Parts: sequence; C-alpha cells; structure tokens
Amino acid sequence: MDIRHDETPESIAERTATSDGLWPEDSLARVPYWVYQDDANYKREMQRLFEGRTWNFICLEADIPNKGDYRTNHVGIMPVIAVRAADGSINCFENRCSHRGALIAFDDGGNVGNQFRCVYHSWSYDLAGNLRGIAFERGINGVGGLPKDFCRDDFNPRKLRTTTLCGLVFATLSADTPPIEEYIGSEVLSRLKRVLNRPIRVMGRFVQPLPNNWKLYIENVKDTYHASILHTFLATFRISRLTQGGGVLVSPDGGNHSSYTIAVPEGANANAYKEQQIRSDQDGKFALADPSLLDSVEEFGDHIQLQILSVFPGFILQQIHNCLAVRHVVPRGVDKMDLVWTYFGFEDDTPDMNRRRLKQQNLVGPAGFISMEDGCVGGFVQRGTAAAGDEVSVIEMGGSTAESQATRATEASVRGFWKAYRRHMGY
Amino acid sequence: MDVARLVELNAAYARVIDNEQFEEWPKLFHDPCLYKVTTAENVARGLEGALIYADTRGMLEDRISSLRKVNIYERQRYRHIVGLPVVLGQANGTAEVETPFLIVRIMREGDMNVFATGCYRDKVQPDASGALRFAERIVVCDSRRFDTLVAIPF
Repeated sequence: MDIRHDETPESIAERTATSDGLWPEDSLARVPYWVYQDDANYKREMQRLFEGRTWNFICLEADIPNKGDYRTNHVGIMPVIAVRAADGSINCFENRCSHRGALIAFDDGGNVGNQFRCVYHSWSYDLAGNLRGIAFERGINGVGGLPKDFCRDDFNPRKLRTTTLCGLVFATLSADTPPIEEYIGSEVLSRLKRVLNRPIRVMGRFVQPLPNNWKLYIENVKDTYHASILHTFLATFRISRLTQGGGVLVSPDGGNHSSYTIAVPEGANANAYKEQQIRSDQDGKFALADPSLLDSVEEFGDHIQLQILSVFPGFILQQIHNCLAVRHVVPRGVDKMDLVWTYFGFEDDTPDMNRRRLKQQNLVGPAGFISMEDGCVGGFVQRGTAAAGDEVSVIEMGGSTAESQATRATEASVRGFWKAYRRHMGY
Repeated sequence: MDVARLVELNAAYARVIDNEQFEEWPKLFHDPCLYKVTTAENVARGLEGALIYADTRGMLEDRISSLRKVNIYERQRYRHIVGLPVVLGQANGTAEVETPFLIVRIMREGDMNVFATGCYRDKVQPDASGALRFAERIVVCDSRRFDTLVAIPF
C-alpha cells in the first residue's frame, strides 16, 4: 500500500470521505446515510447551516435579566457569548479573543460589569464585543507594544445579529436571515406563542450527550410516526397515540414544525393498536401504582395536551401536559451531540402547579419515562448504518412531500427538515 | 444513629440495584418519601427540577415496573461504590446523612465508564420494626452530563 507522508487530518478526512456531497436521488423521501458519517459534510454544515442563514437558539432572556449578565453557548461548533447591554438590548459575539483566540469567557454565565477581559493577555471587550483595551499596548518605557498604526476596530470577534421572541434569544451570523417571525412561519409561530405566553421560571438544567449525529436527534423530534410506537408510556396511558386527534404543521420552507395531540376520545380507532399488535400498547397489562404524575390540568385552554415544536436547525420547545422544556441540540463531532435540557414553568405558578410540573418532569429528560428511548435510538441508527454510507433511508410515510398534515402517521416534518437542509447546504 | 447501621443500609441499597433485584429497592424507603436525582449545579442555584422525582413508594415502584416492562434501552448494569456516611445531625429519630457514591455503568458489549459520581443527601428513620429506611434520598450528581439515558436508578 502506498503510504503518504504528507497527510494532515484534513487531507485524511477528504480522502476517506464517503461522499462529495452529491444527493443520490432527487426525492425528499430518500436520505443517504453518509450524511450522518462524513467529516467533510460535517464541516460544511457548520459553515453553511449554523453559520449561515439560520437563527440559532442562544439562551433565555430570563438567564440574563440585568446589564452585564452574560451566558455562553455554541452556534454549531462556534463558541458564543450573549450579554445584556446597558440599554437593555442583547448582543452576541464569538467567544474568541482577537489576539490569540482564547475563550473570552469560560463559564456558563454570570455578570461581567462593563467589560469582558481575556485572561490570557488581558485584552478587553465592551458589552457589544468591541475590542477596547490591550495590555501594554504602548509597551514599557517606549519599548515593545503594538505598532502605532494597529487598528483595534479591525480586530473584533465576529458579531452575530440577535433577536428575541417570547423570552427566547436567537442569533445568526448572516445579514440575510429573514426576521425570526418570518423565518419560523405564521402557523408554527402561533404554536410557539401559545406556550410561551408569559414570563417563565427556569426549574432545572441537564445535559444528555448522545452517541449519534445531531441530525438523527432532530429527525427523531420531527418524527411523529415513531412517538407512540417506540414510547410505550405514551400509548399505554393515551398521552399520545396516532389514533387520537392531532396533526403536524410544517413551515413553508420545511425547516420548522409543530406536532400536536388533542385530548378527544379515539372513537372507532380505539382498537387499532391492538389489531396491529404494536408492542407499545400494554393497555391492561401495565398500570401505575401511583398515577399522580399523570394528574395534569388544562393550562392553555385549547385541549392540546402534547406539542413538540422545532425551529431549524437545533431548537425544540416541548409541552407534554404540564411538563415544559426547551431543548437545544449542540453538535459535538460527526457522531456525537449534546442535548441541553432546560425545564421551566411560569413565574405565576401556584405551589400545586409547581409540584405537578416536578412530577411530570419524570416523563422527559435523560431518565424520562417517555423520552429515554430517544437517547438510544439515534445511536442504534448511527451503529446500524456504519457500513451503509451509500445506502439510503426510506422516509415515505404520508407521501414524498413536506406539507402540513392532519395525521401523525406521516413523516412530512422529517421530509421538511431535509427540504430545508438541502436548500441551506446547496444539495 | 449508629454509623455501622447506616453503612449496612447503604450496602443493601447498592446491592439490590447492582444485583438487579430492583423490586427490593422501593422497600428501602418510607411511604411517603422523597427520592430525587439532580445535580450539584441545580441544587446550588435553588432549582428544584429533577431527572427523577418520586414522593411516594408507589412512584418508586413505577420506576421499576417501567424499566422492567415498558422502557427500551440497551442491556446494562451498574456497580456502585459507596463511601462512608457522615451523620450531619439528628433530631426526633431522624438522621441527616451524607454519603459519597460512584457508579460505573457496564454496557452489553463490555464498555465500562464512570457513569455518575455524587453525594446522597439522606434523611433516615427507623420503620415500625426498627429497620432503617430512607424518608428522603436526594441524589446530587457532581456532573450535569448524563450519557445516553438513565434507566436504572442511582
């Protein structure tokens, strides 16, 4: 074998890439598996998606209420800082010192007063991310220091546009990303506003590292077909079954969705799961010793008892009965990701509602009765497709298009994701 | 409260989980009780939310029936290494106890990793027969990260 001596990690990645990014078939219902495996594709995603014309979730406004409050996060793999300025606005910029590239802030958040100061050489930045101070800029006794013509303004960290929506903070690196309301689309937007209708209160945070490409989790979130089949808990207690009322809304560009279940009797379809012998239907064989965690109350006045909503590329809002959370998908390499959970309630919650939410949080998160399977199933696909980079998955339930549908026995919103993905990636 | 008896209680607790005698686990609690799995960060910030929250023995039993009959996950087990309990205070027959723990997770294919470390913050009381049982066990994990999923209690 011809051994090359001049290889870099990049050239190895390029040489061993399973694909040049060409989509095998011009159908939203077929997705090649290299898309979850290819290092070169992963790098393109960071530039074209996360750093492209997309709104990325950064933090909650409640995280940074006062001037100088900041929080760190990632846009794709790019570390960023969001900070509340003196005028109440929120700025976001790359968490990378212009000097040698060190992280400017290396905690989850806090308050920095008037400025950030890089610990490495004490270069400092104002709350808008402008380089303001340089230690020993003029040297010592006229010796050393920076050249006289050094222009600080040429050396600011990359700045992101920020926007807020219902207490959420999003940021984008592109000047061309449309306003957030337009980006999300009116139908999905109304579903987001229905939940985030008043000031929220953070109840807890957890991180769930998953052994799979980030897109496998996003697809799972958008996949209304699997939810009541894989997750026995949902079906058994009729929290969500495909035979219940509900549907899926997909934004016109495909990228955002909201699926929902309506609390109405199932009628003639009540036995459909038994007739099809679906494993998740354990009705009668499994009962809770203490069903108090299912003691939910109608909170939003519209009979929607379950709603999962996503904003492309990595934001998820969840309402499962009275259990509310935002989830943020952070890529950590081609076959790893972090799922960051923030459980919340509202500032005006009564003690009863607080206790109800605490109980229902058993349903979600890394140990969730409902959601724990989502932690492993992406890894099953990642491992199952290890030798199948050139094969394709079949995403054809409900046809080949990505329109909203009045059923959840469809993969319309998964196809919507790929519609948006291919447009951003140029595939 | 005799530290040796607390050590024995902790040993029994670790043993029933590590030996997959999960049905014995709820019996080590009073009813009602409080069992929570959370993180040091959430506790420090006064955030009540939990990975697992149970305030009755029935809810603990439901955890077990769910992991036995309902939930889907790859075969795995734990090995608990539990440190020595420190009695922080005693009043009205209840001892406040803190005990460090380490859990190694052993996966189907043999991969082992340090899955969780942390501290049990307990309130321990004798039951009617005099046996020590947990009125409260708050599992305060050192890390915010929980790899893949948590099916088996800590």
